[in-house]
Amino acid sequence: MTATVGISAVVNGETRESQVEPRTLLVHWLRDELGLTGTHVGCDTTNCGACTVHLDGEAVKSCTVLAVQADGREVTTIEGLGSAGALHPLQEAFREKHGLQCGFCTPGMIMAAAELLERNPSPSDEEIRHGLEGNLCRCTGYHNIVEAVKAAAAQGVRA
Amino acid sequence: MSIGAPMKRKEDPRMITGRGRYTDNIALPGMLHAAIVRSPEAHAAIVSMDTSAARERPGVVAVLTGEEMASDFAGPLAMVWAPPGVEIKTPEHWPLKRGQVKHVGDPVAVVVAASRGVAVDAAEDVVVEYDPKPAVVDPEAALEDGAPLVWEEFGTNQTHEWAVGGGDIEAALAEADVTVEHRFVNHRTSGAPIEPRCSIAEPRGDGVTLYSTTQIPHITRFVLGGMLGIPEDKLRVIAPDVGGGFGAKLQVYAEEALMVALARRLGRPVKWTETRSEHMTTSHHGRDQINYVTLGAKRDGTVTGCRARIIADLGAYQQLLTPFIPTLGFPVMGGCYRFPAIDLHFTGVFTNKMCTDAIRGAGRPEATYWIELMMDRLADELGMDRLELRRKNFIPKEEFPFETALGIVYDSGDYHGTLDRLLETFDLEEFRREQASLRAQGKLRGVGISTYVEVCGLAPSRAVGPQGVGLQAAFYESANVRVTPTGSVTVFSGASPHGQGLDTSFAQIAGELLGVDPENVQVLHGDTDQGAWGWGTYGSRSLAVGGEAVARASRKVQEKAKRICAALLEAAPEDIELAEGAFRVKGSPDKSMSMAEIAGAAHIPPNELPADIEPGLEESSFYDPENFVFPFGAHACVVEVDPETGKVEVVRYVAVDDCGPAINPMLIDGQVHGGIVHAIGQALYEQVVYDEEGQLVTGTFVDYALPTAAELPGFETDRTVTPSPVNSLGVKGIGEAGTIAATPAVAAAVLDALEPLGVKDLDMPFTPMRVWQAIEEAKGRGDGPRPSEQGRPLGEHGASGSGPASPAEGGGA
Repeated sequence: MTATVGISAVVNGETRESQVEPRTLLVHWLRDELGLTGTHVGCDTTNCGACTVHLDGEAVKSCTVLAVQADGREVTTIEGLGSAGALHPLQEAFREKHGLQCGFCTPGMIMAAAELLERNPSPSDEEIRHGLEGNLCRCTGYHNIVEAVKAAAAQGVRA
Repeated sequence: MSIGAPMKRKEDPRMITGRGRYTDNIALPGMLHAAIVRSPEAHAAIVSMDTSAARERPGVVAVLTGEEMASDFAGPLAMVWAPPGVEIKTPEHWPLKRGQVKHVGDPVAVVVAASRGVAVDAAEDVVVEYDPKPAVVDPEAALEDGAPLVWEEFGTNQTHEWAVGGGDIEAALAEADVTVEHRFVNHRTSGAPIEPRCSIAEPRGDGVTLYSTTQIPHITRFVLGGMLGIPEDKLRVIAPDVGGGFGAKLQVYAEEALMVALARRLGRPVKWTETRSEHMTTSHHGRDQINYVTLGAKRDGTVTGCRARIIADLGAYQQLLTPFIPTLGFPVMGGCYRFPAIDLHFTGVFTNKMCTDAIRGAGRPEATYWIELMMDRLADELGMDRLELRRKNFIPKEEFPFETALGIVYDSGDYHGTLDRLLETFDLEEFRREQASLRAQGKLRGVGISTYVEVCGLAPSRAVGPQGVGLQAAFYESANVRVTPTGSVTVFSGASPHGQGLDTSFAQIAGELLGVDPENVQVLHGDTDQGAWGWGTYGSRSLAVGGEAVARASRKVQEKAKRICAALLEAAPEDIELAEGAFRVKGSPDKSMSMAEIAGAAHIPPNELPADIEPGLEESSFYDPENFVFPFGAHACVVEVDPETGKVEVVRYVAVDDCGPAINPMLIDGQVHGGIVHAIGQALYEQVVYDEEGQLVTGTFVDYALPTAAELPGFETDRTVTPSPVNSLGVKGIGEAGTIAATPAVAAAVLDALEPLGVKDLDMPFTPMRVWQAIEEAKGRGDGPRPSEQGRPLGEHGASGSGPASPAEGGGA
């Protein structure tokens, strides 16, 4: 079998250590090793954004990041964004505005939107649409996703 | 928050927190991973296969070829259309191919290993020697004498012909003062749900459980049971959360059969997850029709007749509904109009491409595209206003139910009403003024308006079943409604949603009819071990058929609850009413019981009930509709075309739809938005392209462009409400309406924008290159060598399947 490499990363606030094949993608480490299946795989070519997570606070497509690149860094996934008792405003807004249907793109969409609002707390419609350009949704036509991001922005985003 | 309320979805809490249970999220103890070896050739004989290197790779558990698995399958993959009197050429279609491959991606072997990575590596170790044969990719070329044959044994690439009509078309066209003719191309597209397909088969005792990304778990169990010789009680199919379908998961796929066979062979769970390239290559495609249409009319605009010849590229095999899908559009091939004569002829064609089958709209977008664009062409030919021509031919609302020339009975409609409402929001005259001033500045803006009727709520079994159109199936839907001893409700539905929000809308229906808060109604579906047989979710059927079944079962429960309530309150059952969430004695509102109290009495202790009332509180319904339902509407699209680059931008979109009364208006808007964007994708960006050798050029999302948020405007939606008489809720489906309405609206808008440049004909998708070329050609500057588009020379017939040949081609009025 292929040689493995040790990695250690803080995932959703908790230090996680693993031996991984060097070719392991961050998304596969999260899903297959850590059981964080909220991060999805939709395309293999970094187009769809279903695998979007935060790496040191920056939204990245975890299908295009090797797990070893997360070594020593902080990763936040959809599971770490809010909790059942205290949802992130974006999570609440996606439900309130019907910004999801099948829900498959939703975790990546919310993670991308969260970083967008960190950078730009009150984006225009156009800025939202361009900010989410890297995340594909086949169900909603994006209309209600934009409404959700606007609603969350209006409430102010918790850090 | 019951019927009619914009209730927030019950599905959402798990999905917004990353706790959805999609198939690929499932990991079972001892689970193995499969990778599939696929043909890189479009058409070839398999000369030899060498799997030795793959078998030797550490971690590999099994490598199996089509020959080696031949005995695993009692029968091939299913195709279920057998129209009376018509033979459909249907080659045997095995999960793994033996001897020959017929399209790129055809599976030839499967590798099973301890990890997905090892399985994929080992699949690359399998050496297959192919002897390539000539491939045919263009359906019209495939019909010509001497074309390479996809299946030599049939002696032709024509799969079947099917015709339907009504009225005297020859007389109708003879009496027409004006006829217009045109060739339309409805190009090949992909369903492209963001969740790829995934199947996991798990041996369980003497049976197997299959978890799969499917829209049709019960049909899948039925078909796989037959294919694999497994009694239905030994095969359980579960569709967990499914990440979108759009028809692409309305199929029984080779990989599903393979996983069940492998789990039986190996005694361990086996998982296969599709890559996106596999999706583009081997999940069925949609559309791919060429339509030759003739429309005749009197000088005053009265249409006398419509004739269409439809050539449908079916690909290399017949999958579940492959040959039927073009035909599914026929009931609305008269549009919203009173056409006295309609004549339709369908020809199916084999090509060396993946099969086509149902993709959102499935036959109806194709039909509506040419109907609406033909009405525009006819109006132009007559020198008549396009909307006035439509209004002249609209079926007036007083005439519903209306039997069309095809013998189809439209249930209800108010086509003037939706168009009027559209024009209240969208000021066409104001737009024309704005358009003129923009044109003076060199800016190209155009508007397209489509008025559509769609047929859905699939389906009345007698109309489409073996004695009707000939599907070897029925299309009722089941519901079981169970009240627990504490008054919670569980609804089991045979529908199988994958984004539609049925957990919510069905809870609203049951809640309303049972006097229970929908929050206390759970809706279960997608598991063949729970609830009754069901036909799944597609064809905008779930509410109009499945929801009606929920309503009927709920009313039965309500009736029993009233009898129990009457017995306990010492009143007559007919004097009990359900009002304000309570069962109470009419005229004595202080004498009442809640559903929880009645449910308690129904279960514990039962001896308080009269002897003629059984304990328990649970009822079922199997609802088979008497007719389809026919939602309708009017959509307006405004586009701007950049004359320098050919880029088309949708700048405004207004949709007025009528799907009867809303169960949940929020869900309706969501379906309309998504449906419109699916159509905008087809009209502007998306096309499955094969090159001349049958190689797939659009194998990833890099090459196959789904619309993103950045390309789109927000949508203005509105509704009118014309109840259907077909079901007690008055509802009609809305899942596909946007997709059906929007392609002609976008196309008409692009042509309107290009009108000052003299561009009259242009086929979808309106990519920048295609639009720019059309502009250049119209300017008379397009005579030089033309660049190719996605590997395909333009201006030559037959290079890409059904891609358009050139803007200048295609008949014309």
